[in-house]
Amino acid sequence: MSPIFGKLTFAAIPVHEPIALITSIVVILALAAIGIWITANKWWPYLWHEYITSTDHKRIGIMYIVLGLVMFLRGFADAIMMRAHQYFAVGQDQGFLAPEHYNQIFSAHGTIMIFFVAMPLVIGFMNFVVPLQLGVRDVAFPTLNNVSFWLNASGALLVNVSLFIGEFARTGWLAFPPLSETAFSPGVGVDYYLVALQISGVGTVLTGVNFVTTILKIRAPGMSYLRMPVFCWTALASNLLIIAAFPVLTVTLALLMLDRYLGFHFFTNDGGGNSMLYMNLIWVWGHPEVYILVLPAFGIYSEVAATFSGKPLFGYRSMVFATMVICIVSFMVWLHHFFTMGAGADVNAIFGIASMIIGIPTGVKIYNWLFTMYGGRVRFNVPIYYLIGFMLLFVGGGLTGVLLAIPPVDFVVHNSLFLVAHFHHVIIPGVVFAIFAGYHYWFPKAFGFTLDERLGKIVFWCWFVGFNLAFMPSYLLGFWGGTRRMQHISDPSWKPWLGVELIGAFFIAAAPLQFRGPPRRPRRGSLLAPQAEGDRARGTHPGARLPAHRNAGEYPDRRDRRLLQFALRVRHHLVHLVARHPRPGRRLRSVRVVRVARRA
Amino acid sequence: MSTVSEAPAVGLTHQGSEDTGLGHRGPESKSIVVPYGFWLFVLSDMVIFSALFATYASLVHATDGGPTTNELFDRNLVAIETIALLLSSFVCGLAMITAKRANMLWTQGWLLLTGLLGAVFLGIELYEFAKMIGEGAGPQRSAFLSSFFTLVGCHGAHVTAGLLWLGTMMAQIWAKGFQPHIMRRLLCYSVFWHALDIIWVAIFTIVYLIGTLP
Amino acid sequence: MNSTAWHSQATRSRSLRHALSRASAFAILALTTGCNRGILDPVGPVASAEKTILINSTAIMLAIIIPTMIATVAVAFWFRRGNAKATYRPDWEYSGAIELVVWAIPALTIMLLGGIAWIGSHQLEPSRALASKIKPINVEVVSMDWKWLFIYPDQGIATVNQLVVPAGTPISFRLTSATVWNVFFVPQMGSMIYTMPRMATRLNLQADRQGVFPGRSAHFSGDGFPGMEFNVNSVTPQQFAAWAANARGSAQVLDARSYTQLAKPSSYVKPMIYSNVAPGLFDAIVSGRAPPTPQLPHNPQAEGPAG
Repeated sequence: MSPIFGKLTFAAIPVHEPIALITSIVVILALAAIGIWITANKWWPYLWHEYITSTDHKRIGIMYIVLGLVMFLRGFADAIMMRAHQYFAVGQDQGFLAPEHYNQIFSAHGTIMIFFVAMPLVIGFMNFVVPLQLGVRDVAFPTLNNVSFWLNASGALLVNVSLFIGEFARTGWLAFPPLSETAFSPGVGVDYYLVALQISGVGTVLTGVNFVTTILKIRAPGMSYLRMPVFCWTALASNLLIIAAFPVLTVTLALLMLDRYLGFHFFTNDGGGNSMLYMNLIWVWGHPEVYILVLPAFGIYSEVAATFSGKPLFGYRSMVFATMVICIVSFMVWLHHFFTMGAGADVNAIFGIASMIIGIPTGVKIYNWLFTMYGGRVRFNVPIYYLIGFMLLFVGGGLTGVLLAIPPVDFVVHNSLFLVAHFHHVIIPGVVFAIFAGYHYWFPKAFGFTLDERLGKIVFWCWFVGFNLAFMPSYLLGFWGGTRRMQHISDPSWKPWLGVELIGAFFIAAAPLQFRGPPRRPRRGSLLAPQAEGDRARGTHPGARLPAHRNAGEYPDRRDRRLLQFALRVRHHLVHLVARHPRPGRRLRSVRVVRVARRA
Repeated sequence: MSTVSEAPAVGLTHQGSEDTGLGHRGPESKSIVVPYGFWLFVLSDMVIFSALFATYASLVHATDGGPTTNELFDRNLVAIETIALLLSSFVCGLAMITAKRANMLWTQGWLLLTGLLGAVFLGIELYEFAKMIGEGAGPQRSAFLSSFFTLVGCHGAHVTAGLLWLGTMMAQIWAKGFQPHIMRRLLCYSVFWHALDIIWVAIFTIVYLIGTLP
Repeated sequence: MNSTAWHSQATRSRSLRHALSRASAFAILALTTGCNRGILDPVGPVASAEKTILINSTAIMLAIIIPTMIATVAVAFWFRRGNAKATYRPDWEYSGAIELVVWAIPALTIMLLGGIAWIGSHQLEPSRALASKIKPINVEVVSMDWKWLFIYPDQGIATVNQLVVPAGTPISFRLTSATVWNVFFVPQMGSMIYTMPRMATRLNLQADRQGVFPGRSAHFSGDGFPGMEFNVNSVTPQQFAAWAANARGSAQVLDARSYTQLAKPSSYVKPMIYSNVAPGLFDAIVSGRAPPTPQLPHNPQAEGPAG
């Protein structure tokens, strides 16, 4: 170890691993290309002032969502590599990923998907929507909001750097000791993991503080608690959970860091360390974490159900009550992640029953959404597709969850592919579909034009079919005794099922390919709120419409001529940029108006 | 002309109670919002300490044949520490009172005394740590000692940060006077300092008192 | 816009129902082909009880969620915007009766399943001895990197990656790990349990019929993890006694030196037999007095799967 660079040497660059090397080169080139493109278009000042240093909750929300979507590409690339490798690593075949590489990939997949895809996407939606729904100008602490975002993004950056320099953790996404201790993981992978999560964890806690303060103390006049939109209630519950749970993660990872760097003995095999303590601590965080993700998702579904049924949400107070019950009970169930640790029948049974109790308010929510549609006029737009897809699939995921909550059943399916199927069964319909539904629903609010319905439905079907193909066979393989995280499978009879799962993954892979750019011309009537004064619409993309910076405190005075001039001038620029072949001889009306105004 | 209790018909169909929460008031002022947010942050800090307490409770008997609680803790020293910290909290309260009255001399005086008492606390704690490490009872010796040093050390780190913040506040008050935003920061500081006191009471009880029971 | 929307709605719900029926057919096919494997093919009382709970609980819950799924599709389809026959009730957003029912159904289900969970947890508690007239045999299990060491303290022998047991006899396991966490799991025999260093867990299983049942570690433990597979050979009690007697004559002994050799990281290890196991070896491993496992440098290159 060098005193200046520590463990960093040239050997950290993966020149001997072709997949990692090629990926690194491609990513670096792509980043460079994007950087050059931005520079050539002189967009840096705009990006810096309007987005990077923005304290506007809408801009920050958009940045979070961009972060989540970009990291999703990496997390999904990991997933498809895992599936493909497993298909080719059955029986005598070795697959194309050595164990030390495969183990990094599944660890990175889990870490990225939870911390850098699901969390940023959910937080991004809360950022964008909650202040608008509360009818206020911004969150309680806007600068802190920006800081939170960049702390999260730094964590994501660090995880990505581990691809080029060094390695990532080979311990799974929760890095259980003793495997994650220095004795068994001497490399830098666990260090990347720990530091990245600590940094982003601080950002998340600050977000929690920000939003609880906002929702409880900063609402429009007249908005009592029971008049808040239901998404705000779920955001409140989620952020309360963040404040209560994330500090535990901070402590747990810090204790592991102390073990690794200063030779402490919290979880080591010697010195009296107790690795069961880590299990308990990490899952005290880990279980509320999944509710942090799913509660806002339920909120999105409530909004979508009400809007696209054309009637109010059924049982508003019941929904609020169910949300808060889930919030509280989610802290009382963590032991169900390690029934097989041998805590004894009484303890296991109590936690099992508590885990099942969480299913009650969740079931109530499903029925309330059902009755929201009942007596409504359901418009089959893309968000409703996701709602119905969710309602169909999530109940199955919940069923398997209740099964896992029964200790004797868990004794035979713990850590198996049944478990893997279960949590994807709840998180993909639960969180991922909600994100897409919210994306389609609120995109016009952010950017001023609607997304293409037909492509949106294709994306939905790619996900629906792909998800079922990719995960239903895992239930069966779990029954056959299949364990998770296996780099090689000895039983050849699994191969056809692994093939089905790989096809499912390809279906899902087809989904991002449906993305197109914004429409060439802004459609009539799809441009939204008037531009607030001072908003510099650069027209960076034809039809792109920026969210009004700093929600206007009051509406612009229509008699304000200068504002009208400005708005018309902007429209002139936009039309000028957009119109590729302006009809010859035709003067743009807006130009004339502007001239008239100036003379007057 | 409409009465206050008449709820607008458009868009609102909930027949539930309208009077919970802020109802009529609208967004709170900064002097409420900022300390509220800071309280939430302090609560998250308390969750950190809860996890450390849980760790300590699990590992207190994992001494790996090394020193135990009874062999290590000196009640007298801990008593002096505790009095110093409690006094500094009380004095901090006095500083808040004189600050509300915009009395520069007394505020700075009480704040200085807060800092000095905090420094006494920290000094004793560092002395205690150094002594233990010197005796071979450092954090690397056993799981119990790891958890002790981490729990008490984390509190000490917070106290250190608090002293640095105190110095900054004294300088800011001196330079800018008792303006609203300075007063908000002072309020947040005193919340932080009192919270540390509460944590210390818990540490004192669980670690030192229970640990030195016969 | 209206007609295309209606058309797409109709086709969408038709295609949804089509997809659903295809999916259920597939599921039925899957279930019927997969019925006699793994945990669905129990060979002992523990696994049978667990399978029963699994099937019954699933059936109870399916009885609720299948009508819910059907209702979801039916309600969404019937109340689509283009359906003039459906009654539009835009102010209907609360019903006490419905609230009572929707809270009650899950609550009652959970009460039922909770009772099953309570009773099942106690009856199938891993450390609880099995009800049997036959005296249990003791096996001490040590998970190492990346193989399984099975010590028979009463027979004075040990095996690696092979567990031979007499059919119909309860087996009382004590388990630990020499390095990192693993899980001892034989799907057809039932419950799994963690193996943790410096701790001993307990498990009781039984194989009622003869045969070879695959087992493996069910907790990721490092680069050699896929190779931690073993077989359980369930034989008649006479065959077991003969095998144990034969094993006692084995050339390899399990003393401190051979244990240190065995403890070196290796994977996909072929079954081995040791005789003359050093007495108290298991307890020594648990209390940390065993010869230290070579930890650094850890060999990241696991052997490939056996040819």
